Amino acid sequence: MITAEIVDKWMKLFYSKISEQKAYLSELDTPIGDGDHGNNMMRGMQGVEDSLDKLSNPDLKTILKTVAMALISKVGGAAGPLYGTAFLEMAKNCEKTQAPAELFKLALEGIKKRGGATTGDKTMIDVWAPAVAALETDSLSVEKIEAAAAGTKDLVAKKGRASYLGERSVGHLDPGAVSSQYLFESFIEAGGIE
Amino acid sequence: MKKIINSPGDVVPEMIDGLVRAYPQYVERIPGTEAVVRSNKSSMDGKVGIVSGGGSGHEPAHPGFVGKGMLSAAVAGQVFTSPTPDQIYEAIKAVNTGRGVFLVIKNYSGDVMNFDMASDMAELDDIPVKSIIVDDDIAVENSLYTQGRRGVAGTVLMHKLVGAAADQGASLEEIEELANKALPHISTIAVALSAATVPEVGKPGFELADDEIEYGVGIHSEPGYRREKIKTSHELAEELVSKIDRELKLDATHRYAILVNGMGATPLMEQYVFSHDLLDELATRKIKPAFMKVGNYMTSIDMAGISLTIFDLIDEKWLDYLNYPVETIAW
Ligand SMILES: Nc1ncnc2c1ncn2[C@@H]1O[C@H](COP(=O)(O)OP(=O)(O)OP(=O)(O)O)[C@@H](O)[C@H]1O
Ligand SMILES: [Mg+2]
Repeated sequence: MITAEIVDKWMKLFYSKISEQKAYLSELDTPIGDGDHGNNMMRGMQGVEDSLDKLSNPDLKTILKTVAMALISKVGGAAGPLYGTAFLEMAKNCEKTQAPAELFKLALEGIKKRGGATTGDKTMIDVWAPAVAALETDSLSVEKIEAAAAGTKDLVAKKGRASYLGERSVGHLDPGAVSSQYLFESFIEAGGIE
Repeated sequence: MKKIINSPGDVVPEMIDGLVRAYPQYVERIPGTEAVVRSNKSSMDGKVGIVSGGGSGHEPAHPGFVGKGMLSAAVAGQVFTSPTPDQIYEAIKAVNTGRGVFLVIKNYSGDVMNFDMASDMAELDDIPVKSIIVDDDIAVENSLYTQGRRGVAGTVLMHKLVGAAADQGASLEEIEELANKALPHISTIAVALSAATVPEVGKPGFELADDEIEYGVGIHSEPGYRREKIKTSHELAEELVSKIDRELKLDATHRYAILVNGMGATPLMEQYVFSHDLLDELATRKIKPAFMKVGNYMTSIDMAGISLTIFDLIDEKWLDYLNYPVETIAW
């Protein structure tokens, strides 16, 4: 069950992973994008951190919505609306259900709708979709998420900036898939699936 | 990296400050944002608002085209990164005078999604919003299975067209129809001599040897379609015109508008040399442009290179729209 405490912990862990890997994420974005993914995510997570600092004892909906708005207003690029939409969908639905499998599924649907991409297009969806499937069978693990992110290396990009390269995008990890890997790893570390 | 800046992270807000302070007669900042709006508010009364924007680093696009007869507001994102929906939404609100707002968006996944979210927000406020997604760069093949073609310098001609129509009182629907009709007739192709350096990255987006050029490079250093040894201006004109010819099927009986656009580090001297060769090249095809502009309109920071945009003026009115007077910093 997702709680406000878990989300708070989750975001702190995600923030520190993004700070550590900021340069690496931008580096991944250089050969197949425009080299800004790490900077974009860092700006966003700084925004999340700052807005969460101002909340005292928020309920689940408030904290999810605050995360969503900070990401939407700070990240920019493609990642901002996608991550923002994901958290907004969770915020909208968290009064009906707090089950991770259900909330992440709704978030994934939001990402798909916003960006028009689907599984296999070499985007963050290639981490989100297997992660949601694993949550549904209670089998989410760090290994599965890592494998999903690593799997984007062999894909041909069909959406986002990397799609301009077509076949030449093969052999590179998708930066958004890797930042999503950190997101799910942080969720597990925060006790989200216990 | 050698740049006249204070700190890489402050480039965008400081640039907007400089721009609005230097040209208060044209633009002012929308408080709390990196967006600018016309200073001449009464020029927007009773007119459809036109909002554009995108990542920074393309100056004078987009704030340089804000003013009576062209854009109502422009939103600046981080360098080469789409602006965020909350800022776009503020711009939409600032220019809506009751007849709705039209958005001119360049076709990048980031821009499309952020502008989409902003229109969703505006619709909740009952502000009618319509938009055009400009994809004039013919370097990439168009395909349903990719992001599709990018929006580049031809976007400025789109700004001019819809801005003039809005100033003459066109409705939101009429502007949408105009934009949709004109879009397939605008084609752009670029050639790069060197890449741009994003301040926060500190090194060029790609490497080209001293004697190398690349055709089809995008305005954020996206890869092009071919690398070669440097050519003469005359040969470049030939290559770019024939590439566009394959797309637009140039026809001596049509009227054309031409935009020769510098990418940031290419001097006007070279742009005029190229223009001379371009006009010769067009003359061999019996084409004499009905309208022409040469200069820096949609740049890519300090990239060296040029782009050529050809706009097939199949509708009588389009030339009038291009010639319609504006009050902007940079048109
Ligand atoms: N349509 C899409 N659907 C899902 N994910 C997408 C889509 N487009 C891009 N992405 C994801 O976003 C990541 C890139 O995010 P980033 O922050 O670098 O934005 P960007 O594409 O550079 O935006 P901008 O062009 O405005 O700079 C990709 O690695 C990919 O995972
Ligand atoms: Mg990027």
